[in-house]
Formats: sequence, C-alpha cells, structure tokens
Amino acid sequence: MNSAPEIPVIDMDVLVIGGGTAGPMAAVTAKERNPRLRVMLLEKANVKRSGAICMGMDGLNNAIIPGHATPEDYVKEITIANDGIVNQKALLAYAQRSFSMIEQLDGWGVHFQKDATGAYDVKKVHHLGTYVLPMPEGHNVKKILYRRLRRARVTVENRYQATRLLRDDEGRIAGAMAVGTRTAEPVVIRAKAVVLTTGAAGRLGLPSSGYLFGTYENPANCGDGHAMAYHAGAELTGLECFQINPLLKDYNGPACAYVTGPLGGFTANANGQRFIECDYWSGQMMMEFYRELEGGSGPVFLKLDHLAEETISEIETVLHSNERPSRGRFHEGRHTDYRKRMVEMHISEIGFCSGHSASGIWIDEHARTTVPGLYSAGDTASVPHNYMLGAFVYGQIAGEEAAAFVETRSEPELDRAFIETEAARVLAPLARDDGITPYQMEYKIRRLVNDYLQPPKVTRKMEIGLQRFREIREDLPLLYARDPHELLRAIETETILDCAEMAARASLFREESRWGLYHYRVDFPEQNDAEWFVHAQLAKDDDGRMVCFKRPVESYVLALDAEEKSAYRHLSVKQAANA
Amino acid sequence: MPIATTPTSVPVVVDEDKCIADKGCRVCIDVCPLDVLWINEATGKAHMRYDECWYCMPCEKDCPTDAVTVNIPYLLR
Repeated sequence: MNSAPEIPVIDMDVLVIGGGTAGPMAAVTAKERNPRLRVMLLEKANVKRSGAICMGMDGLNNAIIPGHATPEDYVKEITIANDGIVNQKALLAYAQRSFSMIEQLDGWGVHFQKDATGAYDVKKVHHLGTYVLPMPEGHNVKKILYRRLRRARVTVENRYQATRLLRDDEGRIAGAMAVGTRTAEPVVIRAKAVVLTTGAAGRLGLPSSGYLFGTYENPANCGDGHAMAYHAGAELTGLECFQINPLLKDYNGPACAYVTGPLGGFTANANGQRFIECDYWSGQMMMEFYRELEGGSGPVFLKLDHLAEETISEIETVLHSNERPSRGRFHEGRHTDYRKRMVEMHISEIGFCSGHSASGIWIDEHARTTVPGLYSAGDTASVPHNYMLGAFVYGQIAGEEAAAFVETRSEPELDRAFIETEAARVLAPLARDDGITPYQMEYKIRRLVNDYLQPPKVTRKMEIGLQRFREIREDLPLLYARDPHELLRAIETETILDCAEMAARASLFREESRWGLYHYRVDFPEQNDAEWFVHAQLAKDDDGRMVCFKRPVESYVLALDAEEKSAYRHLSVKQAANA
Repeated sequence: MPIATTPTSVPVVVDEDKCIADKGCRVCIDVCPLDVLWINEATGKAHMRYDECWYCMPCEKDCPTDAVTVNIPYLLR
C-alpha cells in the first residue's frame, strides 16, 4: 500500500474562512488590533470578487443615523419584524456600531447618498422607522475592501475550499482543513481562532427556472459554514425560519423595492393595485406576497410604469450598475421596459440567511459561537435582518474578539487521525472511475427540498423528505468527480445535503407557525407563544446525531408595548368601504 | 455507473480576437466566483468550461480588452 503524501500544515493565529463582506472586515480588524498576529483569509473563489456583494451593493437596509433613528428604535423594529424571537443584546451590539461603521466605510471611500447639505440621505422603507441609505455608486465596495486587506498585510489564500473545522482534545477550535479547488490538494491550517464568514446557504432550494446556479444568493454560498459549524459541534439556530425573498421571476434577482420604493415604485397585483402596506422584507410581508401570487388577483408585479421618465432613468442607472447589473440585459431580452409595463415577480427558492431572515450559526453579542475559539459573522451567523452593514459590524466584532482570544492561547494540538480520515473523505470522489455526478445528486437533493420543505410546510411531507435525504446519503459513496473542479462541486453537494437535513429537522421541531411564510406549518397554523416563544437550536450530539432543543429568549433590553408587538401583523392594504 | 456528457449552450462568450489570455492575462479567470472560466488548451484563450453561471458580470466588467460578454443563461431568458 502506498503511504499518502504528508498533508502540509500552515500555522496561523487567526483563520478567517470566507472573503466576501464580513470576512475581509474581520481579517483587517484582527490585524489592525495586533499587527504581529498571523491572520489568513481563506476564500473558495477570489477575494477581489467573491460573496454576495461581488458587484457591489445599491444601498444600506439598516442604517441607524442620528436624527433619523436610534439604536433603541431599530432593536424594537427588528424584534417586532422577527416575531419576538431575537437576542436583543446581539441586535443592540449591531445597532450601537451601525453609524460608526458607516463613518468608517465613508472614510475608506465607500460612497453613500448625501443631500445638498452633505448629510446622509436616508429613506423610509421599513414599517415603522427610517433606515435605508442608498448607495447609487456602491459598485466599488469590493475593490475598497481588497485595498484594505493589502494595506493591513492579511495573508490571502484564494481558491481553497474549507471542508471541516479542527478541534483540540478539550473541544476548542484548532484550525481547519481545506482543499485547493484547482489542485485537489488538501492542506491543514492550524489556528488558535477561526472566524466563519461563509455567507448564506443559498443552494438549498431549486430556483423555479431549474438552473442550478440561477439562485438568489451567490451560488458559491452553499452553506459551507453551516455544515462545518454543525460537524464541529456548534449550535445553529432558527433554521426553520427560511429565507424566501420576492424577486423578478426567472432572473431571480431582487426586484429592489428598497431602491424603487422611495421613488414611487411598489409591489402590485395583476390589477396594478398595491396589496401590502410596506415593502420591507419580512415573513409577514412574504405571506401576503404568497397569497396574492397564488390568488385570483395574482401574480405579483413590480410597478414603475406610472413614474416620470427621469425617475425611471434614475432607477435604471442604479439597478443596472450595482449588485445584479445583468438585470438590464434580462429585461432587454424580453423587451421589458419599466416605462411601458409592470415586471412579473415571483418568490425565491428557500435558503438560510440571517441577512434577510434569522437562521444561522448561533452567536452572542461578541460574535462567539458555542465552540471556544470559533466566531462567526455575516449571513452565516444568527443575528437577524443583518444585511451588509451587519456583516461589516459583526465582522469587526469577530476580528476584535478573535485577536484578543489568541493572546491567551498556545499552539493547538492537531488530531492526526481526524485529519487523515477527513482527507480520505474529501478526496474519495476523485479516486472512483465512475458513479453519480455531483450535478445529478445536487439537482435531486434540491428538487426534493422544493417538493417537501418549501412552505406551506406539512408534517408528513417533511418526514418523507427526510427519508429521501437518508436514501441520498446512502448514495454518497457513489459520488464521482473527474477533476478538481468537479471535486469542489462534490464537496458542496454533501454540504447541501447536510443543510437540507437541518432545514427539515428544524422545521419539524417547531410545532407552530411563525414568521409569516418563513415557517408556515399548515397542521400547526397558529403562533403558540406559550410553548414556542423560544429559539429552536440544532446541533450534533455526542453520538453524532442531529438533535433539536429549545433555548430561552433572554429578557429584553428594550420592552415592547402591545401595539408595537402587533405592528407587522397588519401589512395587507385595507380595502376602502366603498371599494 | 458509466458517465455521459449532455451538451449545453453556455452564457459567457469570449471574443478570441480580443482576448489576451495567450499573453498571460488571467483577469476573468481569477475573478469568477464559480471558477468556470479556464484556458482553452487548443487556442490559449479564455473560455467557459462549466455551465455554472450566476450572470454576475465581474468577468465582463474587469476584462481589460472588452473581450467577454455575459448572456443570461438560456433557461432563464
């Protein structure tokens, strides 16, 4: 028998996995706090253009700007929008740094919209408060982050897929394993602290187009962090609170009510009528959207055709140069002109994403997971409705905390047996001569996610889904890759399967309905605060089983009155008596 | 189980007259979040090797010679 070549070990103090939004901020912050630290940013693509904002962003959705909103207002609004299941301390930690982060980014050269007096030109989109700050020139965010990474001398490793986290014999984090996506060569990165910033799990449901990569999220964000945290024993939370977004049909990119709303655009039914009071994305809003989509006045449209020419030109300029710029090309192909007719909308496939909903790796207000030395931030961590600015703020918090943590820690011990087992698991699809391709297996998992997990959720259907996922797990030894790129997809397929199982188990656990469409269980249609005013956690137990359990909601820092509590329950437009 | 190949029409098109990958340029290949652009060994130019596209456009925007065009994948068009 040939002995396998020795797997190289790279030593770092802080390892950040995921170079999108939160990750570069975490890495830069850790290095700035202590320039002597060895800080590596690991990215499966290239940090120049990776993650959800690879083409920039057209606005901040949660800017807390003095004179327009207070951190306390914001914490209350998100508590209400998330049906009360929040860790308010974690929301407040974001809210208190929101404005200083805007100022920091402004200082770095990120352009935010300002009025004639030079003040931030903030807009109202949320149901209660005013938090939306447009960024019509937001296309250069990634370039600016890249400059800061170089300036801070962060070690950047592109085209490495992290596969599993490593722990020492006391259960503390010890680094991660990764594999080159162009070389299929495994590597061990030993680190005293790890920050997971891998983004959403966006390749969970199948888009209605059937195109595997036509997802709402950047399809590179397929839940790597969720799966790695799970296998390392960390708690995840709110995985039943799916991300489902209102989108341009088929294009599957955002319709951008946040951009068009302040300019007079809105979501309409087939009759061109407004049916929701507020276009801010919440589970309650999505429920109204879903009802209209499936109802007799459906489907749903983005209505701009009543606006003035200069307004429409402004909207086109923003939407066709930022975030998802190919949408102009999509409209062109169908001869769609915002001036002449409404644009058909649809709902997205399901996913995990705290940026828009509340699901992810459980973290506290210090970005700490439940595994010592493991931190998380951005769409993959659990702070709800966090969006891009929340990713920056929690990236900063994670960078500070990780830099402080490593000061107290000696070089971790490596578990050689675990490393060899993991290398064998990861490389197995390359060693086969034939089998099932990752594309077929991924398609099948995601088609089953749509069939059995997509809301409205039905108990028996989700149980059948779990059974089918188990059967696919039995097929994993057949997974076959012909080259390192296909191996990357094979590794991702297993991650997607883990996430699908997590989505089913978490959804079955919470026996009530909550967050509008996100967790609408037909056989438990009511919200049940007596039993379910709790976080639903998911973790791997000591026997390797996937288990769910309740975690109490900590006492609020800011109490809500009765009227505030129900504010998001009344989003449908009231029909006038004579209508 | 034996493997077959099902051909698809890919969304990213590279104009080989404009592409300077044969002179060492790797910009589009580097910036693709899905790593689907590779060197065509026969021509030395960049091409889309895997039909896994988010039609996100860094390859087109960052190309120094305007050689790359991102079309909407046919299934979505």
